[in-house]
Amino acid sequence: MALFSQARQPQNNWQYRFVLIDGIQSYTPYEIAMQLSDSDIQAIWLTVRLAGIVTALLFLLGTPVAWWLARTKTRCKGFVGAIVALPLVLPPSVLGFYLLLAMGPEGPVGRLTQVLDFGPLPFTFPGLVLASVVYSLPFMVQPLQSAFETIGDRPLEVAATLGASPLDRFFTVAVPLALPGFLTAGILTFAHTVGEFGVVLMIGGNLPGVTRVASVQIFDYVEAMEYTQAHHLAAVMLIFSFLVLLPLYAFRPQPRKGV
Amino acid sequence: MNSTKILFMTSVILLCSTFAYAEKVTVAAAADLKFAMTEIVAAFKIVNPIDEIEVIYGSSGKFHTQIQQGAPYDLYFSADIAFPQDLAKKGFADAGVRPHAFGRIVLWSNSLDAAKMTLADLTDKKIKRIAIANPKHAPYGRRAEEALRAAGLWGKVESKLVYGENIVQAAQFVQTGNAQVGILALSLAQSADLASKGGFFLISDNLHKPLEQGYIITKRAKRNAAANRFADYIGGSDARKIMAAYGFVLPGETAPK
Repeated sequence: MALFSQARQPQNNWQYRFVLIDGIQSYTPYEIAMQLSDSDIQAIWLTVRLAGIVTALLFLLGTPVAWWLARTKTRCKGFVGAIVALPLVLPPSVLGFYLLLAMGPEGPVGRLTQVLDFGPLPFTFPGLVLASVVYSLPFMVQPLQSAFETIGDRPLEVAATLGASPLDRFFTVAVPLALPGFLTAGILTFAHTVGEFGVVLMIGGNLPGVTRVASVQIFDYVEAMEYTQAHHLAAVMLIFSFLVLLPLYAFRPQPRKGV
Repeated sequence: MNSTKILFMTSVILLCSTFAYAEKVTVAAAADLKFAMTEIVAAFKIVNPIDEIEVIYGSSGKFHTQIQQGAPYDLYFSADIAFPQDLAKKGFADAGVRPHAFGRIVLWSNSLDAAKMTLADLTDKKIKRIAIANPKHAPYGRRAEEALRAAGLWGKVESKLVYGENIVQAAQFVQTGNAQVGILALSLAQSADLASKGGFFLISDNLHKPLEQGYIITKRAKRNAAANRFADYIGGSDARKIMAAYGFVLPGETAPK
């Protein structure tokens, strides 16, 4: 954990100093980055890769689900909506436990992946991707759904009367109007996947470069009482997460008054 | 109105009874003690029905950190005696460190016949994943790594290893079929839960440093008579019998080879 503090008037942003909670010492972000070991860099890169792939996959999977949830009038809408929201409230230990069993050699997912010759998914990077897609699903679907709902029927009906096909209406009318929603959904999904810990701990097996993401690496440092290394990586994660979230809150469009 | 009175009286009685049982003992115990400790507590309760013992299982290293941060544990049983020794040195223990057992490591599987295996069989192609506790901080994981290195197998099997947060998670990886074999604590392999599902191969303790385990009464439990009673009970013959049944080698006794 680090605290923001300005030890002296900075010449530029790189000279803001961070005071680690245990100490008198302070570091600039550059100094902290220089303290990272190769395995820290590996863990950070793995985390970014995981979050990037999961966000890309969820754009593809979550958009149709969100669109359907926003437009449908069937009764099972509430049912599907509740299922999508489940990872928000389920303890990661519940998700991790079910995924460990489901992806294991005897589980339904495990059997499928073995038939397809991928082998069982626990302790593999694709396994983490699959688990994270489930874990981050509501963070993609919910902002998109509310963005699609805000558009309302009218712009789409107008487009339809002008002869636009359903696909055309979606890409040229709905997507541009819902762009802020896409930005929010993308950032939240990415950030939430970076922050994943419990599920990874339960199905990852702690393999360097494969499943040992930054959060697990920090946990290992703390367990081994290597607090200095834990501090450095934790500070990097704090700054990184802040920078990821910043555009979401800094450039949030002001609500338009009186449409 | 009457029911409110009853409710009030009940709460008063309940509150008083908590004060009567004020000497509650919270025990932090290494995960490898899970089954043995449950039995020991049950046996202790028969002799001391008034004492309340609550056991929390976890990794020895984590408890070591938590106690230094003021965690409310009265007794601390570590899978590695170095942790309580360090706490005693830093002044977190009431008295000295007492050894309670030596742990042993075994190969265990529920899909293969581990009883017929040796360490060399771990190189077999059928075995895709081997679960061990994380050698970075878990005592059983460290000994597993030492044994594999001493047997000259580390380089050959390292790519198959998956790491559990503690020895119980390593067991869980095998139980769910995600790893074919695990290097686990003998005390877990001999528990009813695991013993009914698969046999084990005892790894020679010539291959690794001893898993000497020890416990302390923490500073906060200094005046807790129940904690002291329980600490003494652990050294007594009843508790030692239970420990031995779970495969722990007891201080002052020789280890089976």
